[in-house]
Amino acid sequence: MNDLAIRIEDLENRFGDHAVHEGLSLDVRRGEIIGVVGGSGTGKSVLMRSVIGLQTPSHGRIEVLGHEVGTPRAPGEADIRSRWGVLFQGGALFSTLTVAENVEVPLKEFYPDMDPELRHEIARYKVSLTGLPDNAAAKYPSELSGGMKKRAGLARALALDPELLFLDEPTAGLDPIGAAAFDSLTRELHETLGLTVFLITHDLDTLHEICDRVAVLADKKVIAVGTIPELMASDHPWIHEYFGGPRGRSALMARGGEAQDLGAKTHGLDSPNPAKA
Amino acid sequence: MFFAHSVDYMAPDCDFLLATDADGTSTLTLSGVLTIAGVGALDHAMRREKPQFTNLDISGLEELDTAGAWLVWRLARDAGAQVVGAGEKAERLMSAVKCCSGDAPIAPPRAPPMIRIVETVGLVMIGLWQGSGAILSFLGALICALGNVIRHPSRIRWTALVRQTELVGVDALAIVGLMSFLVGVVIAQQGAVQLQQFGAEIYTVNLTGRISLRELGVLMTAIMVAGRSGSAFAAQIGTMKLTEEIDAMRTIGVSPMEALVLPRVMAAVFMMPLLGLYSALIAIVGGATISAFTLDIPFFNFLARVQEVVPLIDLWVGLIKGPVFGLIVAMTGCYQGMQVKGSSEEVGLRTTQAVVQAIFAVIVIDAFFAVFFSEVGWI
Repeated sequence: MNDLAIRIEDLENRFGDHAVHEGLSLDVRRGEIIGVVGGSGTGKSVLMRSVIGLQTPSHGRIEVLGHEVGTPRAPGEADIRSRWGVLFQGGALFSTLTVAENVEVPLKEFYPDMDPELRHEIARYKVSLTGLPDNAAAKYPSELSGGMKKRAGLARALALDPELLFLDEPTAGLDPIGAAAFDSLTRELHETLGLTVFLITHDLDTLHEICDRVAVLADKKVIAVGTIPELMASDHPWIHEYFGGPRGRSALMARGGEAQDLGAKTHGLDSPNPAKA
Repeated sequence: MFFAHSVDYMAPDCDFLLATDADGTSTLTLSGVLTIAGVGALDHAMRREKPQFTNLDISGLEELDTAGAWLVWRLARDAGAQVVGAGEKAERLMSAVKCCSGDAPIAPPRAPPMIRIVETVGLVMIGLWQGSGAILSFLGALICALGNVIRHPSRIRWTALVRQTELVGVDALAIVGLMSFLVGVVIAQQGAVQLQQFGAEIYTVNLTGRISLRELGVLMTAIMVAGRSGSAFAAQIGTMKLTEEIDAMRTIGVSPMEALVLPRVMAAVFMMPLLGLYSALIAIVGGATISAFTLDIPFFNFLARVQEVVPLIDLWVGLIKGPVFGLIVAMTGCYQGMQVKGSSEEVGLRTTQAVVQAIFAVIVIDAFFAVFFSEVGWI
């Protein structure tokens, strides 16, 4: 089995004359949490939509879990969509179904022969696995707070025990306490279930807290991939601004790093960095 | 459903074996792959066989996920058995899933049907009562806004008014024209078939001319405008309500009544009689066209005859109804839009309600007008 969960080669996405991605390549290893960052409008969400097959790229090749996206699956191969889970920004819960019924939708779709009682049980433990109280299972999405909606969306994303989890700005719109709790939940599930996580975020704390590696989107491609100390050594102005700006420094301070060292530019991405995070 | 197809590959299986030792301990041994794809089959088998055992040996499992761990844990719990041979990963998964007590309801409780029927009827009645109060106060607010604007004519939003006039009136010309032409064709053709039985097909002209000017032109147009513009008003204002644009207006000191509702209502009130007249004329043209083909009444003779047989009063009846219908349609649309709160789902709901209520109200008022005009002798 190959050790890459996602392989993106030479991806190009165009809307009319406007190219969002050009020659974008990125490899995601199995079992890692990769954070994707980039300024507004650099196509982070478009990248995720291309990987999960919602957006057909104008050019390029995307392989997920050894399967090329957009091609028919080989006989005997499991549907790739049963092997990943996606959490959309607002949770994207089906508003006419309760939380537990939402979790049951993929189960019903992929395993229609499953006993309804077992399906209810699975839905219940998924709901409590994501840290929601038991009584949340019978609630409708409109009765939940923003943070609870995200957790419920996560429960649905985890319904089929996926190998790969896509999170689109999971902490956006949450208060700092809720965001921190969601971060630790992500980390915990990653460790317990052995998930590979593809995480789009703006949240510097999330990056420091849970990401193994970070990919930076700028100039229509991935300009750098690496751990945060590696990235901080980069002299690309955007990366420097991002991690070295006031917010980047305070997120680093919160992790006990030495903010002053950030000002000193070091050599390349591969060099070991004195400012440890 | 939202996935294009269901699964058609074979799930890897999980085997089980029940063995009883001499000392009375019975062991259920699981082997193979126990993942989400296979739990359904094992669960079925266990529900069928209901085995009794004291130990559950899972050391032979090659693969396990949370669904499998849940099933293992539940089987052990229900049989009062002990799980043996669990690896480090299996332990971790089981401790993650067993936090769930497992009997919480998955849907809120529902009252029995009889109670729900009574409850729904009651809620609808209360809704009707409160709704009629609310729409009256909306009309009051609209009149106040109109009064303000009349006292301070500089506050009329000319740009918005012209834009809405274009949207309600000019942009509707094509569809209203097509609809009216076809309605005229149908009336003339069907009328002629019946009137021919008396040898009175020349009265097709009276029928088409009078019904178009008096009733159908303005009524059909009102229904079309309710569908085109009433719904648009509700959806636009509803969305603005959701995105807090209307709250923003209020905090800046702009009255949404003056800025949003008044231009729309005025546009509909101005354009409705014009559209209704246009519709009636096109319907007559439609009638004349079909008559030229099927009744051998020449096109221009038909038009000339319309002038002779249709009294001027029919034109006035149509023109009087127009602004009233326009007011109803626009006001219902704006009112429903302003009622949106909470979720985007509500926008769709309110838009539907705006159209349904507007059409209903227009037809009711039209019936009143018919009775009224015949009572005052405008026949």
